[in-house]
Amino acid sequence: MKQGEIGLRVRRIKHGTVIDHIAAGQALNVLRILGITDRSNEVVSVVMNVSDRKKDIVKIEDRELKPEEVDKIALISPDATINIIRDYEVVAKHRVILPSQIEGVVRCMNPNCITNTDEPVRPRFVIHRNDAVELHCVYCGRVISERIADFLI
Amino acid sequence: MIRHVINITDLSRDEIDRILDRAAELEPIAHRGSSNILSGRILATLFYEPSTRTRLSFDAAMKRLGGDVIDFGPIESSSIAKGENLADTISVISGYADAIVLRHPKEGAARMASEFSSVPVINAGDGAGQHPTQTLLDLYTMRKESHLSNVKIALVGDLRYGRTVHSLAHALSLYNARIYLVSPDQLQMPDSIKGDLINSGTKITETTDIDDIIDVVDVLYLTRIQKERFPDPGEYQMVAGSYRITNETLRNVKDDLIIMHPLPRAGEIDCEVDASKHAIYFKQSFYGVPVRMAILSMVME
Repeated sequence: MKQGEIGLRVRRIKHGTVIDHIAAGQALNVLRILGITDRSNEVVSVVMNVSDRKKDIVKIEDRELKPEEVDKIALISPDATINIIRDYEVVAKHRVILPSQIEGVVRCMNPNCITNTDEPVRPRFVIHRNDAVELHCVYCGRVISERIADFLI
Repeated sequence: MIRHVINITDLSRDEIDRILDRAAELEPIAHRGSSNILSGRILATLFYEPSTRTRLSFDAAMKRLGGDVIDFGPIESSSIAKGENLADTISVISGYADAIVLRHPKEGAARMASEFSSVPVINAGDGAGQHPTQTLLDLYTMRKESHLSNVKIALVGDLRYGRTVHSLAHALSLYNARIYLVSPDQLQMPDSIKGDLINSGTKITETTDIDDIIDVVDVLYLTRIQKERFPDPGEYQMVAGSYRITNETLRNVKDDLIIMHPLPRAGEIDCEVDASKHAIYFKQSFYGVPVRMAILSMVME
């Protein structure tokens, strides 16, 4: 029944990537992390708050995302799964894996951090996962533990 | 081999002990001596913010080791006034000098500088961030004038904003210290740092009343309580007054108590205390020279 429900909204794709089990409401942030904007050429379908607000789904046609591109999604949605589709078949499926460091994805929340100046340095964080995901700024040491999506670049 | 000195938490207890051992070896030279340990070497001191003690003690340390010091003079007449960024300045200066001492108003500046520098960078304070050489000289003072392992220490004053006490508390957790945190309610040590201390197995006790603990500690470490932290000047007067150390406050303290302060002081210690055997703060200031000599010799040798 649920499959049918989703099927009505967005058709199956022939080639590309389906990101499933995105935390409800985070699909647009997923697009931001992947660098998909109004100027991108890919055909993208976004489904939000399906199955009683439990999850979002993003389908990107004719583009197979590489693990290093998609693992950043784990920052905001650690349970997301990546499905690579060829000829309507799922040829690879895996969960996003939280990287140990990220660079240039999130800005530091400390306004006085050197990464928030004109200096030629990209924000870089070491990622710790306890109960929640924590980002430790490599430069100033400030920790982001809540509302990470607010700090996406 | 130590390369950059950016954050005290980058250093292991073993590395800290080696720096303190080296400082002890070099201390006789720091007392009006001279040497040629770093002769022919050049240290660049880049101070983007004013500093007296830190800057002069680095200068003195380098000169006691027989080396030379260069700086860019007043900021207004330097290339920084023309808008040069820190990364470019560091790339250029690291071609002129064998090591760089940096004080900068932005947190993380020293870490970034170390990525652009071809020579060792020593952090002499980055905004409200780190000031590792202060921590090392504090540890040296304790080791020399009291003891470090299992020391009972009270950190007193502004524990919320004071970077000195944050770094010191982290370092003390390597030495199984018993830490008493004494501050007014609005200036308590941040939870994140207390959490780190507890996770490292350090025993901490918080209180607002200095009289609760003054008679049991080996070290009384005082910091400045800044007027700006209080919206109401009357409240500031009252709070600051309650932490003021006088000979009367010290009536029942341990015979070998030492009193430390990173200076400058703003009334936390009455001048009458200066003559007491407990007053170590001017010696503490002096120990900045042998400790910085140790660091300079270890990064440039």
